[in-house]
Formats: sequence, structure tokens, C-alpha cells
Amino acid sequence: MEQQSVSHAFSYSQEELKAFLDAIKFMYGYDFTDYAEASIKRRILNFMNMYKIPTLQDLSKILLKDEAVFETFIQELSVTVTEMFRDPTFYKSLRENVMERLATYPVIKIWIAGCATGEEVYSIAIVLKEAGLLERSIIYATDINQRSIQIAKDGLYPVDNMKAYTVNYNKSGGMHSLSEYYISKYNSVLFDKSLRDNVVFSPHNLTADKSFNEFQLIVCRNVLIYFNQQLQNKVINLFHESLCSFGFLALGNKESLLFTDRKSNFEDVDKKERIFMKIG
Amino acid sequence: MMNRIDTNRIVEAVVIGASAGGLHALIHVLSALPADYFLPIIVVQHRGKEHTKLLEEILQTKCLMRVKQADEKEKIHGACIYIAPPDYHLLIEQDETFSLTSDIYVKHSRPSIDLLFATAAEVYKEKLVGIILTGASSDGAEGMLEIRRAGGYTIAQEPTTAEYPYMPQASVSIGSICSNLTLDEISSYLKQLYERR
Repeated sequence: MEQQSVSHAFSYSQEELKAFLDAIKFMYGYDFTDYAEASIKRRILNFMNMYKIPTLQDLSKILLKDEAVFETFIQELSVTVTEMFRDPTFYKSLRENVMERLATYPVIKIWIAGCATGEEVYSIAIVLKEAGLLERSIIYATDINQRSIQIAKDGLYPVDNMKAYTVNYNKSGGMHSLSEYYISKYNSVLFDKSLRDNVVFSPHNLTADKSFNEFQLIVCRNVLIYFNQQLQNKVINLFHESLCSFGFLALGNKESLLFTDRKSNFEDVDKKERIFMKIG
Repeated sequence: MMNRIDTNRIVEAVVIGASAGGLHALIHVLSALPADYFLPIIVVQHRGKEHTKLLEEILQTKCLMRVKQADEKEKIHGACIYIAPPDYHLLIEQDETFSLTSDIYVKHSRPSIDLLFATAAEVYKEKLVGIILTGASSDGAEGMLEIRRAGGYTIAQEPTTAEYPYMPQASVSIGSICSNLTLDEISSYLKQLYERR
């Protein structure tokens, strides 16, 4: 697993951070100003350490001048690590509480917002396939991080991870063997192309971009935790606007609608697994 | 071994890191504290991600203080033991609320003791006590260093008395520790803070 260190030679104030993020927003349109600070601050410090950039002012100058470095910076700022069938009980609940109702739609449109490196996309595609719904589903898998999206598109993962993923898959109520969905080659596995035939991978920025379709299911797990409450509220409103009536919203198991003004527009489908239905 | 203990410090929060053998050590240290213990005690205990609430439940049966899993954006208060949820990093924000992230593993761990300690050090500075207990990982050593650099007070479970000495020893070895104490001494130190608050 990739490693990160917490030790930093450099530091900067909250005011400097704010000015820096404002400049990034102004120049490139990427808005990190409403992100939870502790995490973004450490990621920026990691980047500065890695490239031996002594101050935030220096970093600012480099980024505003050099778009290629900026791209790398954006990738570093938005990398998250997930796994296939992370939280198996969530996928079990999807199978038991959501699939049957999705089956009533002739075409099922699903948005996986913040798809990262794609593990969740393949997991959901497998759940759909086992419910007999994959062929009439269209999955829009989006992320702010283009390098992550490329990894997701490739569908190539380290073979070392498969043991844990198989355990997760079995616990999620998997009907077959996970190994039926991939082929191994050297140290990697390649997931079956048929799983992503109906997947559209695309960059999307939740802080700035608008709704782009109407969905029966939106899955956005472990993304909102990075945002402050104001931005969480904005994004929940975007999801609300993007769901059909009685559409489903699935969040990460530490995320909630409690502090959003759309709280009363959703009812619990599975309270523990944070699956909601739009009721108004 | 017994060291001089710094009991004159004004303390606003206590952070604790533990790994293998941590449950018994945590019970030993925390069960003696009164229900109205004035400080927040924030804990990262390495554990399997399938054990979603077990640690909290066991600790609650042994402790008088309230025990709960830390929620994202939750305001940090005294008289509560907060436990990092499995499979998330737990960070502390300047406004004394929690953040959770799904960032890459640090020293093979999520939650990372280092990350909790480093962000706590930035917020509480010299008013923070960091405690590193038993474990078979080097997680926590760098975080303890950050606490010490920020002026906080750092305590390692005396490695020779730890069930797994590797983790407290790692903190001692990089020079991040103010005092090596036994579990009894750590517990009575925390009680002393309460008595002269």
C-alpha cells in the first residue's frame, strides 16, 4: 500500500491557506475553499515536502505558472483509497433493499459520484449483474481526479488485493466466485470488460458542476466527509435535484443528511447503511 | 522506572494511541477516571474494520466516562472518550471538531495514530497530552514527535511493561517522549490532572 508520512518541515497559517486556495480557484476554477481544512492542509504539506517547495508562496507561484505541475498537484490533493465491496453489509443491503425496486424501471440510470479508482464501480456492476439488471443499466462514474478515472477505466488491480476483496464479496451475499469476474496476469487482475460496457467514466467536479441527468440511484460514499457543512448541503441539494421521485441515495457509513436542508425530503431505506429514498 | 511527571501544565485534551494489546491497556488507564472527567480523551486503537462498535461497547461497560465513536464534524467536549471509527483516519480541526478521511494508509494503518496526533498537536499545542501504549507497529512515533515539538506533554507506556513493547519503544527511540510510565502511573497522572483542575 502506498505510504504517506506525517512529518513536515514546513508549516503555514490558516490565512495563508485561505489566500492560496482562493488563488487556485481564481486561476483554475478548482474550488477547495469549502473542504475540511485539516486534511487539505496535510495534503498540501505532503506535496510541498515531496517536491521540496519551502513555502506556500513558492508553491503558489509554481502552480500559477505551470499547468502541468498543477495537474499533478490536483491529483495529489484528491487521491482516496477504497476497496471492492468496502463495507460488505452495505452491498448486501443494496442487493436486498434496492435492486428489486430498480428492476421496475425500463432503463436504470446510476450516478457514482466520486468513483475514485473504480473499485466501487465494479462492485456495483457485479451487484447489478447478479440481479439481472446490468444490461439495462447506465452507470455514470465521475470523479474530480482524472488519473483515478483512468485507473478505473483500465479495470486493472493488484492481485494482492483480491484475497480481501473476495472475503468482502462473499460477505456481501455474492452469488458466484469473485474470480469469475476477472482474469489474472502476472501481478494484476483485469476485470471483465462486460462489466463496464454500460459505464460512462467522466470527470465531474461536485463543487462547481451542475446536474447532468436524472437518476434512479446515486452512490456517493466517503466524499462528503471531505467537505464543510455548507458544501455538504450544496452537494446534497445537487443530488436531490438529480434524483427521480423515489430514487435512492447511498452515502458512506459515517455520512448523514442530518445537517442538510433536504433532510425531510428523504426517508431511510436502511438507516445503518445510509441508504435513503427521495420522497419529496 | 519512575520519572518526574509534569502535573502543573494546563491541559485541554488527551490523545491516546494503541495497537496490539491495546484493549486491556485502555481499560487499565481509563476505567479509573470519573464520569465527569473534565477533558476529552481521543483514542486511536488499531482494529479490524469489521468490528464496527465492539470496542466502544466493551470500553463503555468498563468506564464511568461516556464512550462514543467519533463522528465527522462532531464538536469535541470534555467528559467523553472518543474512539476513531475503523477504516477512517480521524483528524482534529482548528475549531475543535472531528474530520474523517478515506486517505491512503499511513504506516499500514487507517485510522493512523500519527495523523490524529499531528493534527491534535496543531490545535492544542502545549495544552495536549499524548499517550502511546502497547503495539507491534511504529505508528504514533512521528505523531508523538509533533506533539512534543508543539510543546505538548508526551508519555509512553514503559516498553518493558507493555504487552507489545515495539510501539512505545519506537516513540522512545526517536526521542519523542517526555516520560515513560507504567499503566498505573499513567492512570494516576490523569487522575491528578482532574484533582487539581
